[in-house]
Amino acid sequence: MKQLQGCADMENSLELIAFFLLAGSLLTGALMVVTLKNLVNSVLSLIVVFFSLAGIFILLNADFLAAVQVLVYAGGVCIMLVFGVMLVQRKDMRESNPVNRRFLIAAPLTGALFLLIGLVAAKSPWVKEAGEVPENTIEHLAPILLRDYVIPFEAVAILLTVALTGVLLLVKEVKDNGRSS
Amino acid sequence: MSVWLGILFFILAGFAFSAIGLGLSFLIHPRSKNRFKLETYECGLPTIGPTWVQFKTQYFTYALIFVIFDVEVLYLYPWAVSFTQLGFSGLVKMFIFIFILVLGLWYAWKEGALEWR
Repeated sequence: MKQLQGCADMENSLELIAFFLLAGSLLTGALMVVTLKNLVNSVLSLIVVFFSLAGIFILLNADFLAAVQVLVYAGGVCIMLVFGVMLVQRKDMRESNPVNRRFLIAAPLTGALFLLIGLVAAKSPWVKEAGEVPENTIEHLAPILLRDYVIPFEAVAILLTVALTGVLLLVKEVKDNGRSS
Repeated sequence: MSVWLGILFFILAGFAFSAIGLGLSFLIHPRSKNRFKLETYECGLPTIGPTWVQFKTQYFTYALIFVIFDVEVLYLYPWAVSFTQLGFSGLVKMFIFIFILVLGLWYAWKEGALEWR
């Protein structure tokens, strides 16, 4: 029994170490996103932020959410951002994310918002004893997707196809306009 | 949790590996300061114009198509994990899902979005 207790303690402390490592890299990455002068470097540190967030999801036993975070955010969204930045760049990329005086307004505003959220979080009565969290969420998710909600699942495919065709139409229009002018 | 512990050690080892390499080379490398060392390397020739060039818009089409199929992978993942439990009906449903998306790819191919111009 005592050994079991020690094992649980060790696991908890390891979780704590992992959490602090992840939170540290997340906050450092977020700070670098806003402070770096080059917008491309900002996007690269945003990828660090998304990966750390995926790690925190794993710590919370939300492994599917972590996969979503890595695939969609760190993969998809960041690639979109990199291309967006590099396509519409200004004169010099090294000065594309300059610091201006508006942080004097922004800093107190965000500080007040942070305080407000912290107050609400401190005051709200959290449900501390929720049920047992399953170790793997994906195995429970698959039957729901492919048995109970098949029609919405296939509708997602249609939605994605519509998005793809919309993209192609837009690109085609842009290209045609570019050629005529 | 113990499965993820391996990943934690993997991350730590990765950090240590790169930190030791960079730190050692910082400690033992010969020091010589000149401005040519800070220039962008391009086949040994001096670069022409700024090195932060603007990308061709064609790349953006690929990025957009990639994002669509990135989201598709997300739906393949839970199906692949519990493939044996879902059985044949799961396979059929997944193939319908993929077929609808392949229609989009076929349209992209037909419109010449995949061709480099």
